[in-house]
Amino acid sequence: MNMGMNIGTTPAHPQANDFTGTGGEGDQFLTFILAGEEYGVDILRVQEIRGWTRTTAIPNAPHYLRGVINLRGTIVPIIDLRERFSMQPLEYGPTTVVIVVRAQGERRDRIMGIVVDAVSEVYSLKTSDLQPPPDLGSVVDEQFLQGLATVEGKMIILLDIDRLLNTGALEAEQVME
Amino acid sequence: MSIDISQFIQTFLEESFEGLDTMESLLLTLSADDSESIDAIFRAAHSIKGGAGTFGFGEVAHFTHGVETLLDEARAGRRLVSPEMVTLLLASVDCVRSMLVAARDGTTLDRARVAAIGRDIETSLKSGVGDQATSDQFAKSSAENTSRQPSAERNGWRIVFIPEVNVMRSGNDPLRLLQALEEFGEIKVTCHTAGLPSFDDLNPEECYLAWEILLEADTTRDSIAEVFEWVDGQCELTIEPLSEFTETMPQENSKLHAHLDVPEEGPGSTIQDSAIVEKVAPTANRNRGDSGSIRVNTDKIDALINMVGELVITQSMLGQLGLKLQSGTNEQCIEGLLEGLAQLERNTRELQENVMSIRMLPISFAFNRFPRMIHDLSESLGKQLKLKLTGEQTELDKNVLEKITDPLVHLVRNAVDHGIETPDVRVTAGKPAVGTVHLNAYHKGGNIVIEISDDGAGLNKARILAKAVERGLVPAGQALTDEQINDLIFAAGFSTADAVSDLSGRGVGMDVVRRNIKALGGSVEILSREGHGSSFIIRLPLTLSIMDGQLIEVANQSYVIPLISIVESLQVQQDSVKSVAGRGMVYRLRDEYIPVLFMQELLGTYIGNSKQLTDSLLVVVETEGQRAALVVDDLLGQQQVVIKALETNFKKVAGLSGATILGDGTVALILDVSGIISLSRHNLGLTRSIRTEEIKAA
Repeated sequence: MNMGMNIGTTPAHPQANDFTGTGGEGDQFLTFILAGEEYGVDILRVQEIRGWTRTTAIPNAPHYLRGVINLRGTIVPIIDLRERFSMQPLEYGPTTVVIVVRAQGERRDRIMGIVVDAVSEVYSLKTSDLQPPPDLGSVVDEQFLQGLATVEGKMIILLDIDRLLNTGALEAEQVME
Repeated sequence: MSIDISQFIQTFLEESFEGLDTMESLLLTLSADDSESIDAIFRAAHSIKGGAGTFGFGEVAHFTHGVETLLDEARAGRRLVSPEMVTLLLASVDCVRSMLVAARDGTTLDRARVAAIGRDIETSLKSGVGDQATSDQFAKSSAENTSRQPSAERNGWRIVFIPEVNVMRSGNDPLRLLQALEEFGEIKVTCHTAGLPSFDDLNPEECYLAWEILLEADTTRDSIAEVFEWVDGQCELTIEPLSEFTETMPQENSKLHAHLDVPEEGPGSTIQDSAIVEKVAPTANRNRGDSGSIRVNTDKIDALINMVGELVITQSMLGQLGLKLQSGTNEQCIEGLLEGLAQLERNTRELQENVMSIRMLPISFAFNRFPRMIHDLSESLGKQLKLKLTGEQTELDKNVLEKITDPLVHLVRNAVDHGIETPDVRVTAGKPAVGTVHLNAYHKGGNIVIEISDDGAGLNKARILAKAVERGLVPAGQALTDEQINDLIFAAGFSTADAVSDLSGRGVGMDVVRRNIKALGGSVEILSREGHGSSFIIRLPLTLSIMDGQLIEVANQSYVIPLISIVESLQVQQDSVKSVAGRGMVYRLRDEYIPVLFMQELLGTYIGNSKQLTDSLLVVVETEGQRAALVVDDLLGQQQVVIKALETNFKKVAGLSGATILGDGTVALILDVSGIISLSRHNLGLTRSIRTEEIKAA
């Protein structure tokens, strides 16, 4: 599976190696920290970033679904990414943030929040800078990865947010006729 | 400049569908001497034809023209309104509707059927017209072109059309008029360019041309005048028979020809086209948007505006009080403030009620289709039927209305197909030959109740039971109450019909009916007496988006139970709790054993046995005739809650019907009582054991 191919809509430019952190051309990614690792999501999918607020638990939901919150009148589910990737849970602190993203599904778009340890940076990356994800074993399911990128010597793991939020128990069911 | 014509097409389609509905309902009640109705039907057909021509639905226009001609003859008294004609016209209405639907959705059209009905119309046009017209005349004209109107004047017409300079400002296009004339037959057009100013003075948005048209077709003066209806008052128009003209004014004719030499597609015609398109926009701003639109009575809007006015007054009053308070607190101010807040609350509530009422539509929107359906069914089934509608003005939420229509159609069909007997059977049974289907709607305690009753045979309990046993839905020999037997017809795949027909017997349907009604938060109940008929009683919530709720607390979290499903709330009496088969528990409430559902467990929020059952409260709920006692930690207040769908950003969750936002901004989940009950069955599988207990106890 060539994961590098489905990034954004901007075609790859011939001059490939001129990315310099923020700014420049290419797609922008918001990165965040999860258990010491840096992950990135397409910034166009990010609706807002907010602090952690108490959620209302949904009965009989998977453990990583923390519950739902009221986001200015809409009910938004909140997913704990650490739990989603079966990492050690971390007690929520002042830097714990919820990134509210728009997940595009086959049937409709949905707004969901993901709980991460902290927000990091915004980087511009080009499709051509991405490497297909290596076989990572069991930590993060490979199908949720868009690719890996290196910025300023750091490795950033880019997540396929649509796939992540439309899989398994989170999958949108058929809308009622 | 180009404009998006599609928005006008949308309007045209909406209006056409409305027109078709009008035609249909009038046709169903049409009698021969009802000229007013015939006129109304004709007008509807006429505007569909006109619109279809304008928007390029040539096929529809052509087809409708035949219908219109038929109606025109009836209108003029040249044709008697016969039942056959009504049937044909109804079929045509269906045909036009399917053509428009096909045009709108891009679906494929049953052309064979359209053609067949088109032929029927032609045949009927040829045959039954007035005595004075000879039949071969019609045969000729129909064979050439169905859109030609029969007439005695065969020589054609001379039309002199001199539009006013600003004719195009009203969205008219002379070219279209000429094209419309061409539909009647061969035309010779000569264009009069004498009025053209010099190029510098020429305004491309104005029309300087005049036309002389020689139309060789046997059509009537009226139908030509009709083409020019839209430019009425904006032109000089002369229509005279060609014969007369050629006899009396041949010289003038040649004179005209001398300086009428520029053909129709003369200079500026393309400019005109684009200019006209631009002018169409302001005149056609009646677009009502997509199907998500709603028509609201102006009274309701006026009431809303009044309400907002009051709200503004209250707000400024509160603002003033706030300023006064700033300069030092005093008792009077606080009193005034409380008063103002009370007023604000009243205003908000009224405003809310009014806004909700905007979504309410009379159920006649759903009922209106049934006269036609009954008419068709009585023909196809050979049964004599009468439809009685009451309470058509009962209002319900637009969403509910849209979703309840299909189940209603199904139930009415069933009533006619399975319920009402054939006339001879009815007479033998001592009933009137004409069977009655009665649709009734009314409000009852926060619910809308819709009843579909028939005076037919009623449910055949023995047959239903036998069929259920045969299908393995019920073990043989089990005694069931009447209610339970009636309930069996809602099982998936259940059908007692001996033969599968177009209408019913496939066994799909009743389960879908019930599912749809349940999805709306409603219920359906059957009352049936063998030999006397049956009624289906549908109960629906008034609106989908706001309801009265009881707040409860389970494991430190608030939930909402719809007030409507709560029977009572009580403190647990220890000696009334009995365990059943060591697995589940029942509660003895007076003479009834009710299964006890532990909400902490069911909601997966079990926080330990910190509370004894005796400290908890029981909320007895009822849905679809089943009761359950929910063990909750605490009862909080009652309040109106706005229902928010969980599906919007997540998905449907078993046992929940949605969520709401409480006064403090947190989210509370709304319990779906029937979902909770089935969840408990799923979890514990104890229903059957309780049922048997119940039966034993009874």
